[in-house]
Amino acid sequence: MRKTMIESLLRGPLTEKAPPVDETALAELAQSVERAARARLGRSLSIRHVDAGSCNGCELELHALSNAFYDLERLGLRFVASPRHADVLTVSGPVTRNMREALLRTYEAMPDPKWVVAIGGCAVDGGIFSGSAAIAGGVKDVLPVDLTIRGCPPNPRQLLAGLLALMQKAS
Amino acid sequence: MILSQTTVKVDGWLVAIDRLAGGSLTLLSLWADPPEVKMATLDEASGDINIITYVCRHNQYPTVGVKHPPAIRLERAIRDLHRLDAIGASDTRPWLAHTAAPYEFLGAEGEALHQIAVGPVHAGIIEPGHFRFTANGEFLVRLEERLGYVHKGIEALMAGAPLDKATKLAARASGDSTVAYGFAFALAAEMALKVAAPPRAIYLRALMAEMERLANHFGDIGAICNDASFSLMHAQCGILRELTLRAAETCFGHRLMMDVIVPGGVARDICEDGVTQLRVLLAEVRRVFPHLTALYDNTASLQDRTVTTGIVKPEYARQFGAGGYIGRASGRDFDARRRPGYAPYDTLKFDVPVLTAGDVNARVWIRIREVEQSLGLVEQIIDSLPDGAIMSDRPATGAGEGFAMTEAFRGDVLVWLRLDDSGHVARCHLRDASWFQWPLLETAVEGNIVADFPLCNKSFNCSYAGHDL
Repeated sequence: MRKTMIESLLRGPLTEKAPPVDETALAELAQSVERAARARLGRSLSIRHVDAGSCNGCELELHALSNAFYDLERLGLRFVASPRHADVLTVSGPVTRNMREALLRTYEAMPDPKWVVAIGGCAVDGGIFSGSAAIAGGVKDVLPVDLTIRGCPPNPRQLLAGLLALMQKAS
Repeated sequence: MILSQTTVKVDGWLVAIDRLAGGSLTLLSLWADPPEVKMATLDEASGDINIITYVCRHNQYPTVGVKHPPAIRLERAIRDLHRLDAIGASDTRPWLAHTAAPYEFLGAEGEALHQIAVGPVHAGIIEPGHFRFTANGEFLVRLEERLGYVHKGIEALMAGAPLDKATKLAARASGDSTVAYGFAFALAAEMALKVAAPPRAIYLRALMAEMERLANHFGDIGAICNDASFSLMHAQCGILRELTLRAAETCFGHRLMMDVIVPGGVARDICEDGVTQLRVLLAEVRRVFPHLTALYDNTASLQDRTVTTGIVKPEYARQFGAGGYIGRASGRDFDARRRPGYAPYDTLKFDVPVLTAGDVNARVWIRIREVEQSLGLVEQIIDSLPDGAIMSDRPATGAGEGFAMTEAFRGDVLVWLRLDDSGHVARCHLRDASWFQWPLLETAVEGNIVADFPLCNKSFNCSYAGHDL
């Protein structure tokens, strides 16, 4: 163990510079984030993620945000285990009929102010699963969406750029 | 692969059920193409695969699940999706269809038992599903899973879909196995269309499949250790996973290599210096990974959590035909790359590691050994990558049936499909390895402490999306 740790120390950090803030995301957010909320949150956002029906591709890339290359937490963003602790709800996948209620309950359990980020093409409008009787639609058909991060799945840089835009606006 | 098809009356159906219950046949899948129900079986002695068709009378067929429990959830799914009833079934609760009626969980009787309900939304960034634990103090008496939360109706969307749309849907059955699904779907479609992918495409498919296996195994090994609070392994394995995904993006334009495999070949060739990039990746992994293996092996506090935890009994692995590291950690020597086998693996050298302990530790070791095998496979493939076309000139239309199995990182993926005269998908059935692995998780956690459930679950890493479809 010592050897692995020393080697990691000597190698220097793998962590890369954060990507520039996503300008389209900034524009999208201009209306949804109030001044009052900015003062309250500081430069830190807690994120609760719900997979509402994704293929798990988006989850793989959300996981990647915590690896040594992206190191999400250094930017003040962190995933939390409970909606009670969250400022932001990220949602992936089309919303299946079977997940609709669980998603709504998670949202309702979050304290105000709160934002919803739809992640991935399916979350925007159901994507390739549009038209299925088993889905309720995209996230916007169930919850008010403040920001969308497109991609199938969006890669970690795209995810970071979108979340950073949200944080810049929110703080 | 010797693949045969038989249509049977009630007698023949019952004979097949008895052979499944007796253990001479293994159930590969059970699905409906109304008014027919079909089961695919593997003859354990000869390796032959048989697809047995039974034509339902009054939307009913004799139950398989009563004598052969691995079929129970498949029968419940068939009822939900196609309204065909398994007559005599012991469990008629809905499975994929969630109704307003309260779900009746199975009971557990005894003093001082309490229930813990978890999910569908879990604490981490994972897929949704519900776990109902019954515990006596710290010890688990019973776990019952309730799945179906991410049911998107993929098979219904495929019915009538043009081949290109169906290919994309198959690639999104389970994102972590998108290559394996694309591979199996392409093979099945090619069997139906009677075309073959050119040699270069076949090798590129296997290259992507092995990179997918590497990325997932790195992720899993780290995540299992993380669930035992050993985050150093998680961080180090996360680096290897990221390097693999970046190499995949460089070579094939997508980190998960989604939509690259299509019926007839592959949609894009490996990038110009892709082979060089992969050699750099191989060298880095071979430099680092042995140290991580030693770290896992030499950390007593970690071994204390994984050894003898979450044991899958070999007889259950055999009965359920459990694939992947779950079966192979419990003595079931099965790998779809070997049996039924498919190109190009018949020309490549690799071992299929098998252990018998069946605990979390054994499932970690199977993954470690498979990483080593996949590194060898990637090297063999890039050393002998044939030149030439990457797509065959396939006809756009043609009716037919196809069947294929590929080995995803978590186990065998099975695809059966029927194309209509216009070349559209009339019916497609996808069966993830998870169908026969999820039930074994219920058996593996019995007698373990509640706090070890995440560890057991992560060592299984079953797919919710691939199961719920």
